[in-house]
Amino acid sequence: MKRVLRAAAVAALAATSGFADGVEPKEVVFVDGAVEVSLTGVTGDSVSGRKIFANRKQGNCLACHANTDWSEQSFHGEVGPTMDGVADRWSEAELRAIVANSKMVFEGTIMPAFYIDAGYTRALEKFEGKSILSAQQVEDVVAYLTTLKEE
Amino acid sequence: MNLKLWISFGAAALATSAAAQDSNDLVLDGNAFLTEIAAPSHMENVDTIYSGWRFRTSETQALQSDDFDNPGMIFVDQAIDLWAKVDGSEGKSCASCHENVEDFAGLRPTLPRVEEGELVTMENIINECRTERMGAEPWKWSKGNMTAMTALIGLQSRGMPVNVAIDGDAAPFWEKGKELYYTRVGQLDMACSSCHEDNYGTMIRADHLSQGQINGFPTYRLKNAKLNSSHGRFKGCMTNIRATPFKEGGEEFKALELYLASRGEGLVVETPSVRN
Repeated sequence: MKRVLRAAAVAALAATSGFADGVEPKEVVFVDGAVEVSLTGVTGDSVSGRKIFANRKQGNCLACHANTDWSEQSFHGEVGPTMDGVADRWSEAELRAIVANSKMVFEGTIMPAFYIDAGYTRALEKFEGKSILSAQQVEDVVAYLTTLKEE
Repeated sequence: MNLKLWISFGAAALATSAAAQDSNDLVLDGNAFLTEIAAPSHMENVDTIYSGWRFRTSETQALQSDDFDNPGMIFVDQAIDLWAKVDGSEGKSCASCHENVEDFAGLRPTLPRVEEGELVTMENIINECRTERMGAEPWKWSKGNMTAMTALIGLQSRGMPVNVAIDGDAAPFWEKGKELYYTRVGQLDMACSSCHEDNYGTMIRADHLSQGQINGFPTYRLKNAKLNSSHGRFKGCMTNIRATPFKEGGEEFKALELYLASRGEGLVVETPSVRN
């Protein structure tokens, strides 16, 4: 029920705002460790998000976070917490904030910010001025993470 | 709101993950090699330092535990030939001036060190011999002839504790190295400390994070089947975090090498070690 309402709200937002590429990284609004508004207005694709999660050139989330949903792949990371039941612990808006820029939620965390494009030190030229993930990729990952429930 | 769950979850994860360094002993030719010792007093956040050997699989450990199995020794043999090979305008080889390479026992643990105001590594010393006394071309920092020779000379000090000077003339270089160690860089925005101080002992994908000790360098890596210089490894780490690496042999990496050596104070030289 709640999910249907949210999807409707996002659809309405997308219809009215009309942004093509989503919110610019520097425009993302963090309030109390959460980003309430979708970065693109387009509902995230959890199937795509699942792939981005494990893709070494994209999210590469599995490098640090174990995830039973990806049990077909070996060598899950241990640097961060497991993703099992992550949606029971965090709301969608909180997950969006953590993926977009975890430093706004956990001070000093090792976790990279996946949706910033400035403020890097000595970034390789090909990554300078670029975010690790696009706005839609962030939404896809968030959509995927919200499916990881245990309760 | 979720903090309590988060904390209890984190504690559970800590309790169940048993991925720290192992408790194996490194024994070579019947001699026990120390792979763990109390951290030097200048290290504020670590109590005990461990050789990278302790973070490797038993298969990789076995390769270093027998010189006949250690692939790094093939390159040491090549360096023995290079030692006697005449090169350059003066018609000299290393052996022309240094009769026995064994005489360099004790050198590796003290490097890098400051000479006449400059921070000097083993590569610098070798190339100074080549250009100043042999009239030969300098070797490139991470090329096979250089890593073979640094392995041969380093091997003469195997088992001796790392003991670099970090005070006096060395202090400004050491401070610079320390600053680099803790500076977050690259698109992934990580410092050496992010992985090798804050998270050693955990898995990052298939890699078991070590403390980033350099007492085994140059090290034979199974990944690329050759000897690797410490600066080459620093470069690889920086590229992995999508940062523009500093130059091999440059002031930054030399300072970092000194700082890292000092974080291994008391661990013994393992050159040439075997790693993943």
